[in-house]
Amino acid sequence: MIYLTLFWTFFKIGLFTIGGGYAMIPLINSEVIRNGWLNESQLLDFIAISESTPGAFAINIATFVGTSAAGFFGAVCATLGVIAPSLLIIFLIAKLFRKLTEKTIVKDAFFALRPAVVGLIGYAFLTLTMQVIFGGAEIHDPNSFQNVDFWAIGIFFVLFILSKMHFKVPRFRQKHPQVKEYRRVTLHPVFIILLSAVMGILVYGVILR
Amino acid sequence: MNVNAPLRLKDGAGKFFKELLTLFLTFLKIGIVCFGGGYTMIALIERDVVEKKKWLTTEEMMDILAVAESTPGPISMNTATYVGTKRAGFLGALACTLGTALPSFLIIFAISFFIEEFESLTYVGYAFRGIRVAVLVLIFNAVLKMFKNVEKGVFTVCVMIAVLLVCLLTDFYVIYTLLICAAIGIVYNFSVRAVRYTRGYKKQ
Repeated sequence: MIYLTLFWTFFKIGLFTIGGGYAMIPLINSEVIRNGWLNESQLLDFIAISESTPGAFAINIATFVGTSAAGFFGAVCATLGVIAPSLLIIFLIAKLFRKLTEKTIVKDAFFALRPAVVGLIGYAFLTLTMQVIFGGAEIHDPNSFQNVDFWAIGIFFVLFILSKMHFKVPRFRQKHPQVKEYRRVTLHPVFIILLSAVMGILVYGVILR
Repeated sequence: MNVNAPLRLKDGAGKFFKELLTLFLTFLKIGIVCFGGGYTMIALIERDVVEKKKWLTTEEMMDILAVAESTPGPISMNTATYVGTKRAGFLGALACTLGTALPSFLIIFAISFFIEEFESLTYVGYAFRGIRVAVLVLIFNAVLKMFKNVEKGVFTVCVMIAVLLVCLLTDFYVIYTLLICAAIGIVYNFSVRAVRYTRGYKKQ
C-alpha cells in the first residue's frame, strides 16, 4: 500500500527533523532514494525549486515526492504525514504551556532562550546575506568575497527604508467628518515581497541584460 | 503571560466556525507569501497575528520560536499550530496548519507536472532574485524587532552574542545550543536570587 508507506515515511521524517528545513535533507535522501521514488539529481533540482516557491521546505518536498510516487493522493498522504508529528507535539505543548510558564524554572529558562532566539535568527540572516548578496562567500574567509552583487545591496537598502517608512492614510471611518483624520501605517510585508519581484525583473532582466 | 481560554464549540457554533474560518484565512495568506521558509513567516506573523489581530504578544512569539526550534517539524507549522490551539483548541490548530500548508501544497503539486519548464522561465528567475533580497529585509526587520523586545542586560547580550558565534563558527546542533541556554538561564537566575537572598540576610 503505497499511500500508507508514504504517510509513514514522511511521518518519521517529520518526527526526526528538529530545527526544521534543511536538517531533513539527509533523512529524505536515504528514505526517498531507498524507496526509489526519486533519484539523486531529481532531488537536487527540486531543492533549488523549493527555494523559489513559498512555504516550508518540508511541505514542498513531501508534496513533490508524493506526487511523483503516487499522484495527487500520494501528495496528500505525504504532506499529512510530514505535518502530523509537529501538529500533535505542539498541540500538547500549547495545552501545557499556560501552566508551565507560571513555573519559576520555566521563566528562568525562557529568560535566556529569548536572546538565544535573537542570536539564532541573526545567524540565519548572516548566512542568507552571504548567499544572496556576497555570492556564497564564507564569512571567515576574506578572499571569498569576490562575487559581490552591488545591485542586491541597492535593492536591500531601498526595500529596508521603504519598510521603515510611515505613510499617512486617511481614516476609513471618520469620527469627526469636519476634521480630516489620518493614521500612520507602514507597508505590509506582502507589498515588500511584490515590490522586490518587480525590482528583480527590472534590475536583472532589463538593466543588466 | 496572559492567555485567554480557547473558544469552544459550546460557546456557539456560529461564533466557533467563524473563528476557525478567520484562523484558516489568516494563515492561508501567510502561507501564500511565505517565501524562504520559516524566518520570513516571523515578519508576517508579527504584522498580522501580533499587531493586527493581537492573538499573541511579541514576547510570546519569541517563546514559541524557542520551542519551535527545539521540537520536530518546520517552524511555520509549529507557530501555526500553537496560535490555532490557543484560539480554538485542536480544530483551531488544524485550521491554521492546513491554511499554512495548503498554498505550498497546491503550488508544488501544479509545478511537479512541468518541472523542467519551470526551471527555464528566465523572468521568474529574475523575480526570485529580487524576492530573495526582500526575504533578507524581512528577516532583518524581525531581528531588529525582537532585539528591541529582549530585556537588555549584560547577561542577555552575552547570550545573544554567544549563540551567534557558536552558530557561525561551529556545526553544533541548534537543539543542544538551546538546551544549554535554558540550563544557563536557570542557573543564572538561581544564583542571582541566591546572592540577593544572602545579601539581604547579612543586612539583617
